[in-house]
Amino acid sequence: MNSRLVRNAARVALVVAIPATLAGCGINTIPTQDEATKTAWAEVQNQYQRRADLIPNLVATVKGYAAQEKDVLTAVTEARASATQVKVDASTITDPAQFQKFAAAQDQLSGVLGRLMVIQEQYPDLKSNQNFLALQSQLEGTENRITIARRDYNETAQKYNTTLRTFPSLLWAKTLYSDQKPAQLFQASAAAQSAPTVDFSSPPTATPPKVQ
Amino acid sequence: MEGALSAAQRPLRHGAYPRRATSPVARVRMVFLALVATLFALPALAEPKFPPLSGRVVDEAQVLSPDVERDLSDKLAALETRTSHQLVVATVSSLQGYPIEDYGYRLGRTWGIGDKDKDDGAILLVAPNDRQVRIEVGYGLEPVLTDALSSVIIQSAILPKFRDGDLSGGVVAGTDALVEQLGLPPEEAKARVADAARPERHEARGSPIVGFLILLFIIFVFSSLFRGRRGGLGSALPWIILSALNNSGRGGGGWGGGGGGGFSGGGGSFGGGGSSGRW
Repeated sequence: MNSRLVRNAARVALVVAIPATLAGCGINTIPTQDEATKTAWAEVQNQYQRRADLIPNLVATVKGYAAQEKDVLTAVTEARASATQVKVDASTITDPAQFQKFAAAQDQLSGVLGRLMVIQEQYPDLKSNQNFLALQSQLEGTENRITIARRDYNETAQKYNTTLRTFPSLLWAKTLYSDQKPAQLFQASAAAQSAPTVDFSSPPTATPPKVQ
Repeated sequence: MEGALSAAQRPLRHGAYPRRATSPVARVRMVFLALVATLFALPALAEPKFPPLSGRVVDEAQVLSPDVERDLSDKLAALETRTSHQLVVATVSSLQGYPIEDYGYRLGRTWGIGDKDKDDGAILLVAPNDRQVRIEVGYGLEPVLTDALSSVIIQSAILPKFRDGDLSGGVVAGTDALVEQLGLPPEEAKARVADAARPERHEARGSPIVGFLILLFIIFVFSSLFRGRRGGLGSALPWIILSALNNSGRGGGGWGGGGGGGFSGGGGSFGGGGSSGRW
């Protein structure tokens, strides 16, 4: 009776101890951070989608006041079309070519949108139009959200990549999770740097603020 | 033979000797290198320094009189009691070189304004010395307090007074407009619409029913391990696990507030919603 109790107790201890040990040495770290990266990526896509949804309205409004700016308007429409045509899903994160394509298309759109927002200066009627002002604040807000979503994604992805390459999680990465690939990061884009004033797409942290 | 060996070993020992002698130097050099590396790593980690969250009104820049501050606090507390949304008014003496959009969302995340699950916090942020103002909106309030609306509040309620040099009046007018908007009844409906539009924030949380089924399965498997042992721990185990789960309940949900001095954020997060203005 007594020995049976002891054996049972030992078994309970084992049942509790094995998962705890496995969790303690990081078997869950890789999937957890993988999921976090995917969530952050979904937020990036979400915010880019939000911007794409704003554009037709914006183009229509500007057209009403500045139809002669045909070049910019077509450029925006075309850039939007090509940006939304890039197929993205969760696997894009680990596919360098697809990822670059996505980032480049979105940066291209950021650039021409910047041009569109600059021409408003020459059209006082447009500048004071309530609808345009609302769209402008929405676009600003969206660009701001994109910046933050990209930054959050980069932080999450960097953490995940570090986990894949450092001990002890490296052991799991090489064995149990050997099909996990490092996530791609957003770079400050060349297009964003050459774009005129109204452009929020390049993360400000790319040029690090002074040490406090 | 032995002589040759020891002769061969000698240079080795000689080689080892100077290394031991420089090892403190090498260590110092390593520490120095590590320090340099830390210095380089700092900018990446650098966050602006934020004032402590001392209440619903944080007047670091000293632009509000105590009376105004108390009035605002009461209004904000009343708003939270009525709607559970947390709104905080903050004036900061410097943005420390950050764009206000950048400073604002980090401040919101650091303070954790709004409920942890609903992210329904907002901050009216004023930087008088940088002549910038921003309404920072938490994820959950974005559909109620849209960018366009925040922009209208800033342009029509706040900036005219700021331009006249009436900082206090601008802050009060802005707060009133925000309190009014956040206190509107249809917000519930709007928030639900927005929740539905943000599917990826819910995917991570599995359905509770599925979780319960998995739990039952685990209990079943574990208890079957002990079956055939006649009573004892085996049959008691499911109940032990169940009662333990019952006790643990839902941890967290840390929600300060409740009025008066002990105000704290509920852990809400921010993603750049809102609008900014300059004067």
